[in-house]
Amino acid sequence: MSMMRQRKPKPQLEEHEEEEEEEEKKKKVRPTEDPPLKKRWSCVDSCCWFIGLICSIWWFLLFLYNAMPASFPQYVTEAITGPLPDPPGVKLQKEGLKAKHPVVFVPGIVTGGLELWEGHHCADGLFRKRLWGGSFGELYKRPLCWVEHLSLDNETGLDPPGIRVRPVTGLVAADYFAPGYFVWAVLIANLARIGYEEKTMYMASYDWRISFQNTEVRDQTLSRIKSNIELMVATNGGKKVVVIPHSMGVLYFLHFMKWVESPAPMGGGGGSDWCAKHIKAVMNIGGPFLGVPKAVTGLFSAEAKDVAVARALAPGFLDKDFFRLQTLLHVMRMTRTWDSTMSMIPKGGDVIWGGLDWSPEEGYDCAPKKQKSNDTMITDSNGANGRQSQAEIVNYGRILSFGKDVAEAESSKIERTDFRGAVKGNNFANGTCQDVWTEYQDMGIGGIKAVADYKVYTAGSILDLLHFIAPKMMKRGDAHFSYGIAENLDDPEYQHYKYWSNPLETRLPHAPEMEIYSMYGVGIPTERAYVYKLSPTTDCNIPFQIDTSADGDDDSCLQGGVFLVNGDETVPVLSAGYMCAKGWRGKTRFNPSGIPTYVREYDHAPPATLLEGRGTQSGAHVDIMGNFALIEDIIRVAAGATGEDLGRDRVYSDIFKWSEKIKLRL
Amino acid sequence: MASSILRFRKLCYVEPVNCFSDSKIKDPVGPIEEALPELRKQRKQRRGWRCWDMCCWTIGYMCTTWWLLLLLYHSVPLTLPGLQVPESPGLKLKNRGLSALHPVVLVPGIVTGGLELWEGRPCAEGLFRKRLWGGSFTEIFKRPLCWLEHLSLDNETGLDPPGIRVRAVPGLVAADYFAPGYFVWAVLIENLAKIGYEGKNLYMTAYDWRISFQNTEVRDQALSRLKSRIELMFVTNGYNKVVVVPHSMGSLYFLHFLKWVEAPPPMGGGGGPGWCAKHIKTVMNIGPAFLGVPRAVSNIFSAEARDIVFARAMAPGFLNSDMFGLQTLERVLRVSRTWDSVISLLPKGGETVWGNLDWSPEENFACDPARKRLLQACSQANHSHPITNSSNGKLRFGVEDPIRFGRVISFGKDSSQLPSSQLKLNDFKELLRNRGNPKQSSCNGEVWTEYEDMGKESIQAIAENKAYTVESYLDLLRFAAPKMMKRAEAHFSHGIAENLDDPKYSHYKYWSNPLETKLPDAPDMEIHCLYGVGIPTERSYVYKLSTPSNKCKRIPFRIDDSANGNDGECLKNGVYFVDGDESVPVISTGYMCAKGWRGKTRFNPSGSPTRIREYRHKAPANLLEGRGFESGAHVDILGNVAMIEDIMRVAAGEELGGDRIYSDILSGKGNANAAQCLQGK
Repeated sequence: MSMMRQRKPKPQLEEHEEEEEEEEKKKKVRPTEDPPLKKRWSCVDSCCWFIGLICSIWWFLLFLYNAMPASFPQYVTEAITGPLPDPPGVKLQKEGLKAKHPVVFVPGIVTGGLELWEGHHCADGLFRKRLWGGSFGELYKRPLCWVEHLSLDNETGLDPPGIRVRPVTGLVAADYFAPGYFVWAVLIANLARIGYEEKTMYMASYDWRISFQNTEVRDQTLSRIKSNIELMVATNGGKKVVVIPHSMGVLYFLHFMKWVESPAPMGGGGGSDWCAKHIKAVMNIGGPFLGVPKAVTGLFSAEAKDVAVARALAPGFLDKDFFRLQTLLHVMRMTRTWDSTMSMIPKGGDVIWGGLDWSPEEGYDCAPKKQKSNDTMITDSNGANGRQSQAEIVNYGRILSFGKDVAEAESSKIERTDFRGAVKGNNFANGTCQDVWTEYQDMGIGGIKAVADYKVYTAGSILDLLHFIAPKMMKRGDAHFSYGIAENLDDPEYQHYKYWSNPLETRLPHAPEMEIYSMYGVGIPTERAYVYKLSPTTDCNIPFQIDTSADGDDDSCLQGGVFLVNGDETVPVLSAGYMCAKGWRGKTRFNPSGIPTYVREYDHAPPATLLEGRGTQSGAHVDIMGNFALIEDIIRVAAGATGEDLGRDRVYSDIFKWSEKIKLRL
Repeated sequence: MASSILRFRKLCYVEPVNCFSDSKIKDPVGPIEEALPELRKQRKQRRGWRCWDMCCWTIGYMCTTWWLLLLLYHSVPLTLPGLQVPESPGLKLKNRGLSALHPVVLVPGIVTGGLELWEGRPCAEGLFRKRLWGGSFTEIFKRPLCWLEHLSLDNETGLDPPGIRVRAVPGLVAADYFAPGYFVWAVLIENLAKIGYEGKNLYMTAYDWRISFQNTEVRDQALSRLKSRIELMFVTNGYNKVVVVPHSMGSLYFLHFLKWVEAPPPMGGGGGPGWCAKHIKTVMNIGPAFLGVPRAVSNIFSAEARDIVFARAMAPGFLNSDMFGLQTLERVLRVSRTWDSVISLLPKGGETVWGNLDWSPEENFACDPARKRLLQACSQANHSHPITNSSNGKLRFGVEDPIRFGRVISFGKDSSQLPSSQLKLNDFKELLRNRGNPKQSSCNGEVWTEYEDMGKESIQAIAENKAYTVESYLDLLRFAAPKMMKRAEAHFSHGIAENLDDPKYSHYKYWSNPLETKLPDAPDMEIHCLYGVGIPTERSYVYKLSTPSNKCKRIPFRIDDSANGNDGECLKNGVYFVDGDESVPVISTGYMCAKGWRGKTRFNPSGSPTRIREYRHKAPANLLEGRGFESGAHVDILGNVAMIEDIMRVAAGEELGGDRIYSDILSGKGNANAAQCLQGK
């Protein structure tokens, strides 16, 4: 408003100016001073004038903004949406809850900050500045330098020579990922309301790029976590800690629990009752216990749903040598040096994720609300319309299929040629892309064709596929992670650390009083399987990409080349819930001491208005950290409640039904 | 503000051209806001319009220039050709093949550590986990009273006031920079990183520097954390002992830690004897305030120090008048008196160390490097300048008398120079007894400083006792601020132990006083004292009663900034100076390493080797050098290249040479005196 008023007078006055100039001159007290001033009024002056105007208005607004009382936005929100509910911290503080058990946060992949401790010349002046997390300013300023510093050594999976990038420590490591984008901050703020502070909260930050055991080898991170937990238990009157891992942190902490009780050279030497003595509960948030299908496409073609959508919107942007950057190739090259991404490859093979013709989730309705509304129509046309029935039986087990028709055809009709023996080599790109390394260059046309000819990959054969297309990476990965199911857990081979983060190949520690929660969001379509195609052959491209044109009809689970299923946008329900719903429920061979497990699901409700930000009832993978119901559960447990007090399970999805379909010996 | 705008409008109205130049200085927002209604009302007034036009033009012009300069600044290479940057010690030592060996623990001093808010009153809304202390300090300007309220501690307990939790910032960020661009530990950290240090072998001890040392354990378990972290680093770094680098008050804190960690559990950390010997290689104290700082005396007495006195001399009336009703100093005094840690910095060792009414260890010190010439100058000046003569017959004793640094506070310049026989001294015990009936205070509302309880007579009585030594100063404080001293004396002690085996010395209040504790039994643990010399440092003060007024909440005493010596004298603006690092005099930083712990003494029964490394101050040659590479100032020394090199060599496992001494710390006549006192017992 004020801006408009300011501008209005200007033209009128300028018109007047010319007419009245002569008169004015006569009237002037000191007429000599005006003409030189007039002369100088040129284009530059107008520019300056304009900039000045903008600056002043800007400052004025800034001043108003700063002078505004801090509660003003809240006031506006309340005026529009009605009074907000109390944040859980305030609510529970009023109930009289107090800080009791120390709390340990274990952040997931990507959300933890990384900072530079030693770098090459191009990173001058970035010492102890965040390379990952924060504002990502350097990404734009010097992208190649940035990629170089975040990549790891291709052989060892550790630092390249001359570069040391280390995790940020303290709560700041992952409270906000970027300015304004909270991760743990909301939870921290609410815990602080009931009396938590630095001495009772600990962020177990670790370098999420390297493999779990390497965090100990290089940074002694596991030892630090152990020492810190021991310290917190000792200084808080012997009260055990509540551990809250998120996303990949869940696997990391699983690894930690095995590590800490294992004998010294490979493990932490804490003795077989360390967990029982120090841990009250592990409250896993959105844990990819059994892996994430997203990880496969990440490794296979550096894509995920978001990238695929971007590609569909602006074809050619990501693929072209835009500014000669070859974005995706660089991203792929970088992420493939990160061992940790391999920890999230789907585990358990066909037994868990389904084979060519079956999957635990088959029959899942992707558009339940819509179908309810025209219920009658569907029952009418059920027999006649083949498409409808087909859409219902999605072959989720086929995690990768080349072509939409292949994804939907019966297994007997698919012609497959085994790729495993295919001849590699026949390099088609010499010299042009030495700079970029993805191992695809080593494969040659023959190899690529062989991969496509196999048509369909299930969770089991995907491992073979990855071994075929990226042998070096998988060799590194195999030393640190395993994806199978243990036949006999007493086999001494399972004492090796590479099995520690796979819940299907380790036993939980002997700690019958410890509780394990699995808390995750549901109600968001989540990637589960993909339709691929060969990308148009150019020299240095990634030879495969998601076929974004493969869309089902409205009700179908297939969208933009991706089959969707229930989950929290990143992790499907099956992976997040199965272990707590079935695999560890009661006394099983994976849970010999019968640690009680609880499944807590949070149905996703998108934020009602923009003012709510990322919502207080979100079920999305990261946004769930701001979910009031989840925070309340955590605070109650931290203040001393047990799973019984919380009301045991809280389930919206079909997780129990699906778990029954999985034929795993328990 | 409003008046300036009015004036501005007037100017514009009368002289359209002048207002252009005038508007440059003005707050850019003000005139425009004000000019707007003006415009609407009188559109025909072209002069008014032009003025506001010119404003915009000027602002635009300045903005553009600013941006251009900014752009230039960013595109200029980091190292200007003219600037001779010495090769950073990190690179130098890396090229020599040194690499990280011993884990390093940094212990920041008072004031430099950041503090953040965890729970606050409504006025501090939106500041959760934001820095209240350190960083940009924007909240001081936005809501000063709220800020002060949150930084104060409870006057009775010395802990959090109800409903407020302010905690130390953890991690290296706690004290790498105090404010943006003002480094504390950052330079050292950066150099250590060059030879391979990183998060796992470099640790910043974070503790709340406002509360007493033992309370950091009671409230935050800070000592336990430090112990656990040292043990962890020792184990994870191949059983290499740690090198501890405390700075300023951090030295006292770490001294406290050394005793705490070996003491049995309820009061101590239960590490057992030998913990220090097992885990600590070297303690490298930077600018340690082992025996206290005279500056703390004036801080507690009247919230002043040299810088404030200087400001007051420059702009008289600014700090004193109740500008904006803020009463700045009074509020500062009120807040800082709730901080127990300040008491730990009061001079220790009484008259034995700091001198009495007639002698002081530094008495022969001349503030000018050319000592002899100066002494002559002094005597000549005293004889020849009638101005000094006119002030009460100072003539009689000017020449032969050394400066009486021992009188840490004296009322009036004369009484700082008179021989003790001519001084008027009152007995304090008498006063203490009379204090029983508090004067009826004319002030309503809450009591800020305990001065309000005192009444005029008592204040007068304090001023009538013309000179105070360190010991009688403590009595003075007990008289003037009994509550504060009661709180503080539960945590700190400032005397000299007669018999260190007395069981009372196992109480924690003696642990941070090097003259009342034994060093741990660790014959291999080295203790280094690294500090700057060559900067005039506050040593004693000339006070006066502040102008009597009936206003409440006033500080009745004030440093007499008119008390100046002649050119060569050590007295400036009411402060006597001595050699030191600008904050801590040499006697406090160096004495323990030079004498008190050297060899096997009763304070150092196992004979831990000590070493002194002094760094002579050299002011930065030009502005581009920032705070200098060879500074000896208390905080700036953390950027001193020679000192950083020393620390890194020790951390990398090399041996340093012997002592490196510029000051009179070893040879001072007075020192010998004090040493005799101490050793003789």
